[in-house]
Amino acid sequence: MSFEYEVVIGLETHVELLTESKIFCACPNRFGEAPNTNVCPVCLGLPGSLPIFNENVLKLALEAALALNCTIAHYSKFDRKNYFYPDLPKAYQISQHDRPLARDGYLELVKDGKLIRKVRIERLHLEEDAGKLMHDEAGERSYVDYNRSGVPLIEIVTAPDIHSPEEAHLFLESLRKTLLYTGVSDCKMEEGSLRCDANISLRPAGTKSLGRKVEIKNMNSFRAVQRGLEYEVGRQKEILKAGGTVALETRRWSEEDGATIEMRSKEEDEHDYLFFPEPDLPPLILSEEFIGAVKSKLPELPVDRYFRLMEEQGISPYQAEIITSSREMADFFEETLKIFPQPQTVSNWLLGDVSGLLNSMGKEIDEVAFTPQHFAALLELLAAGTLSGRLAKDVLEESFQSGRHPKEIVQKKGLVQISDEQELLRIVDEVIEDTPNAVNDYFAGNKKAVGFLMGQVMKRTKGQANPQLATKLLQKKLKQLEK
Amino acid sequence: MKLYEMTACEAAAALRKKEVTSQELTESVLERISGVEGIIKGFITILESEKILQEAKKIDKLLAEGKKLSPLAGIPMALKDNICTQGIPTTYASKMLENYRPSYDAHVTEKLKEAGTVLMGKANMDEFAMGSSTERSFFHPTRNPWDISRVPGGSSGGSAALVAADEIFFSLGSDTGGSVRQPASMCGVVGLKPTYGLVSRYGLAALAPSLDQVGPLSKDVRDCAMVLDIIAGHDPRDSTSAKSKDNYVDYLGREVKGFKIGFPKEFFGEGLEEPVKKVIMEALAKSEQLGAEVDEISLPKTPYVLPCYHLVVSAEISSALARYDGVRYGFRAREGDTLSELYRQTRSRGFGSEVKKRIILGTHVLRTEHYDDYYWKALKVRTLIKQDFEKVFRDYDLIATPTSPTTAFKLGAKNDDPQTVHSRDNYTRAANLTGIPAISIPCGFVEGLPVGLQIMGRPFEEGRMLQFCYALEDMLGVKGYKPEISVEGGH
Repeated sequence: MSFEYEVVIGLETHVELLTESKIFCACPNRFGEAPNTNVCPVCLGLPGSLPIFNENVLKLALEAALALNCTIAHYSKFDRKNYFYPDLPKAYQISQHDRPLARDGYLELVKDGKLIRKVRIERLHLEEDAGKLMHDEAGERSYVDYNRSGVPLIEIVTAPDIHSPEEAHLFLESLRKTLLYTGVSDCKMEEGSLRCDANISLRPAGTKSLGRKVEIKNMNSFRAVQRGLEYEVGRQKEILKAGGTVALETRRWSEEDGATIEMRSKEEDEHDYLFFPEPDLPPLILSEEFIGAVKSKLPELPVDRYFRLMEEQGISPYQAEIITSSREMADFFEETLKIFPQPQTVSNWLLGDVSGLLNSMGKEIDEVAFTPQHFAALLELLAAGTLSGRLAKDVLEESFQSGRHPKEIVQKKGLVQISDEQELLRIVDEVIEDTPNAVNDYFAGNKKAVGFLMGQVMKRTKGQANPQLATKLLQKKLKQLEK
Repeated sequence: MKLYEMTACEAAAALRKKEVTSQELTESVLERISGVEGIIKGFITILESEKILQEAKKIDKLLAEGKKLSPLAGIPMALKDNICTQGIPTTYASKMLENYRPSYDAHVTEKLKEAGTVLMGKANMDEFAMGSSTERSFFHPTRNPWDISRVPGGSSGGSAALVAADEIFFSLGSDTGGSVRQPASMCGVVGLKPTYGLVSRYGLAALAPSLDQVGPLSKDVRDCAMVLDIIAGHDPRDSTSAKSKDNYVDYLGREVKGFKIGFPKEFFGEGLEEPVKKVIMEALAKSEQLGAEVDEISLPKTPYVLPCYHLVVSAEISSALARYDGVRYGFRAREGDTLSELYRQTRSRGFGSEVKKRIILGTHVLRTEHYDDYYWKALKVRTLIKQDFEKVFRDYDLIATPTSPTTAFKLGAKNDDPQTVHSRDNYTRAANLTGIPAISIPCGFVEGLPVGLQIMGRPFEEGRMLQFCYALEDMLGVKGYKPEISVEGGH
């Protein structure tokens, strides 16, 4: 008997927004500072403190929602989600319950030049982050850092439209890319600015109803999400194959064990968060004009840019994927093309030497002094034969380090390729005269001696000799002498 | 006449005329406090005399230098103990926060400091402002200056008793369902609950945030207007804060002829003690003598006010008080090995019984399976009650009712019967549910105990409300009667 199962996954993603200050107070929204330094009566939930909504949060959340093709609610409101935990200083989280900011969006997943899945976004809502618990090594004491308390979050909930762990990984990559394009978040999973929980169930292939789902938490990297889900697929398959029932529960991914571990059952003690409207904050009422204004300022989104660049510039899906991996990279590509309209050359250099240098420096394209103008000038020098490939690489590196214009580098260092026949012939003659041993070796049948002689030519020209021309001239001269 | 017997306005005028100094006013008040506070017990915390006098001298110096200060600069006052005062204990009259010292000043504290008033101490109250007798204070009950065997009302009982006993010139209280007006009525002082949003709630520990307002308690209507002028106005730290304020003192002394006053029949029925009713009706008759038009009206949704109020308040309380969990500040039970045991022990032992009862009720009504039947329904009823009032205010400027159906009751007398306690406060709840301003002014006596008249007005029309009350106060002629505080008590 064979079992075929379909995997059904829905993701809940929390994304911290890149605002200057927190969502309900003026404290700085910054990661990595000394504990409990970015706090005030409001984010500490001291008696008498009141929240004030930071309008910049709304703008960023709207951008995210619009980039995810959501319908924006003209009326939404804040609610209190009541529960006790030491990281939650008011013992309630200000969130949005039944009237979220946005609903019914989608995110398109692409692979190898094709649209492979449209994942529906059920809702996107605003909420505040909680503080962070820390435990000492002996496990005796716990500490709370409230710097994160009140950091603005959006929660993005997908429909159960994801059908494999790889797809979940791809979804997160695409979500990250989209949010980075809009600039609403830095989406760093390792710093917790993007966090993801997953609901996963299996059902017999071809059926429609959903199986019994398990929630997986504590997956702290994109890889962990994929691994956690892969493990869970295997675990649930085994249970089902053995004729068992998957328990409704929350499980925790353990990186060390490479397994998910039961945290709590959902069957016995489903927590009631006692939601009710937040009386301290007015509802959010948004006009069509306001939403339209935010929408009109959205950048072109990665999926659209990916397809456009493939079509307009004729680059491959692989090239398009790398080039559109960040908005800055794609901008760099297109800016360069405006001056030097040869997409293949630009693309090859961008994915080759430029990316190589960026990787070795550990920087992004917008973090170096090398500009599209520099890049185009370099490629022009190469195309004109002024620079050899070898020299072009040197100039590129130099320009990367110093931020100087390639033409300036070439001029200052006298790096122009020598393609003048008379000049090269003079040097070839010199070399032949100065190294009779090598010339004799050549006549004695050691053809390798040509290499040595070429090396001498390059040495005397500081590498600037046009290599093809110099080789041709040297061989011609030697043949003449041989006769 | 002793200095402490003056109204805030009289004292301020004497200060301006350099007949007295703030130091002398403060010393006079300190003398009064040392004389009667042992009986009244209106304070939870009294600041050190030296520090208070230092503050008074500072104001004297500024006044001598000709500094432009507010009209109430140099006037001693007190704040209810749920209003944050930086570095000064703010206990909420609870064991939970017995030793809590806020790190910041409430908006109203800041305003009164800026105005140069002199803070004498923090006034007693029912624990977390839940109660109507001030007997639920964790520390001690406060006695009514008119009869020390009786309660001062509550929850701002300390604030009211201190003003009535001339221990201070004015005070601030908080009013979620009548907590300023009811004790004002029982202590024979003026107490105002402003329109929701007129006074910032920043730094007032929340009881029910959609109902809470800070308001003044004072010796007369003019003082009330003067204090309101200082504490009202926009505060960007409170999202529910109104954008603008009026100049309230300007309204005083204007004609009130032609004012239309409605008295709702639902507030004059069962439960209202006959002698109290008589005093109120006399006050209404005097209103007519002022040229006001007084008619009987109807507020048909009145029977739903109390249940609606209790659902909203208990739900909001359960959430507002959840933060007192022993983790960061305040009382922490030392027993228990687990986190949930820490919470359980701390909250079981840190809160008094009334507080716990309301938290349990609030948690119950907010449960998902009950939400639609209780809280959601209460919000809808709240809208209907609001409409009830809006309709009346289309034709009437003001609504007049008793503040309380009875005069002050005996200490310990009715505590065992929560039903009585709750229904007793029924006249004041509607103003909180609807957000409208409401004031209680003394309008007469029954067996030597003060009776308060409640006047409600349209949102943000405190000016006209005070205008009317000022004229009526004059006509009533009860102003200036002082209780004789004696250990024997009486009545």
